[in-house]
Amino acid sequence: MTELIKHHLTDTLLTAYAAGSLPEAFNLMVATHLSLCDSCRAQAEALEAVGGCLLAECGTEAMAADALEATFARISTGTAVPARRRDSCSVLPQPLRDYVGGDVSTIRWKPVGMGVRQAILPTSSAASARLLFIPAGAAVPDHGHRGIELTMVLQGAFSDEVDRFARGDVEVADEELEHMPVADPGEDCICLAVTDAPLRFNSWIPRLVQPFLRI
Amino acid sequence: MCKDASEGKHLDRKQDGARAENDWSGHLARIAEAQDRAAFAELFAHFAPRVKSFLMRSGATPTLAEDCAQEVMATVWNKSHLYDPTRATVSTWIFTIARNRRIDALRKDRRPEPEDLPWGPEPEPAAADVMAMQQETEMLRVAIRALPDAQRELIEQAYFGDLSHREIAARTGLPLGTIKSRIRLALDRLRHAMK
Ligand SMILES: [Zn+2]
Repeated sequence: MTELIKHHLTDTLLTAYAAGSLPEAFNLMVATHLSLCDSCRAQAEALEAVGGCLLAECGTEAMAADALEATFARISTGTAVPARRRDSCSVLPQPLRDYVGGDVSTIRWKPVGMGVRQAILPTSSAASARLLFIPAGAAVPDHGHRGIELTMVLQGAFSDEVDRFARGDVEVADEELEHMPVADPGEDCICLAVTDAPLRFNSWIPRLVQPFLRI
Repeated sequence: MCKDASEGKHLDRKQDGARAENDWSGHLARIAEAQDRAAFAELFAHFAPRVKSFLMRSGATPTLAEDCAQEVMATVWNKSHLYDPTRATVSTWIFTIARNRRIDALRKDRRPEPEDLPWGPEPEPAAADVMAMQQETEMLRVAIRALPDAQRELIEQAYFGDLSHREIAARTGLPLGTIKSRIRLALDRLRHAMK
């Protein structure tokens, strides 16, 4: 499946993820995509190797005289970390399941009109993350974006003016793009959408309502 | 591009670096398999002052950096069984732990990790794969060192946490090609091993 992904994350996002400077909602997007995409995972780990090189070269600061002893004391009170298991049957990769509390059946959807549903995920306010449910064959009304918006397909597929997007594909939209995604007719489409600014709708929901819906 | 940069005057340092890195992955294996405290003490003497320096350059006070560096090294012990020498050098692996600790300590945004590959590192990684990973990383290190000052400083700023994702322009010239293929191979091998 991982080989079928056509639309990937940008190097800028992967660099910021490796460096640890992304807002939480974007971190969640990257972690979810990397769970499905070995190509971006390899790129992200290569970018972590850049961090390793910088760590090796960044000089030294003397530790306290008792630092090693103090660290052994911390070790004896800590616990070994078990490896996480992967559940390959699920629609939601592990990072998303951690936010939702389970797989798709545990998502608490809220209708936003025309059969489209959403579930806002709890992240820091620097950016927002939500799951979107688009019924098979339905369209999300024409909308533009104030900031960067990333949309990744988890189930089904959608098409818009740019291309067709299926599981694992990420659409990167900025201020330039006004688009109308339409879900494939065969299957309901579930996406993760992340933005660092509120969505701007042309025809879907009046602007005034947006603060209440938090979209 | 990496190959050119690693030739000539950097050759001696390259060989030193590769040997040192190999030693560290052996240390980590001894910690994981035998809770070897002497191996840990040597690893600590080398890496804890670098982690502390990294954290101070990321904006931590000396007191906070000391505390976090100890925490990072304790995590190194507790997670030593999860380290995969075919996918990362010890420096890279410790960088990721220090980065995560920095995010927690400076109360930066939470950073979820991708799903683990199911079975984790192979019990007996092939020595050739481990060596290849060390060499790829060493070539990357030499190539970064050879970058123009302005570009290298930008990369440092990004990794020490001073740039937002909007400020990190897509940068060309980071020579990731060979190391990326190496990691990709390691991932492929893991996926085949679990079938
Ligand atoms: Zn990708």
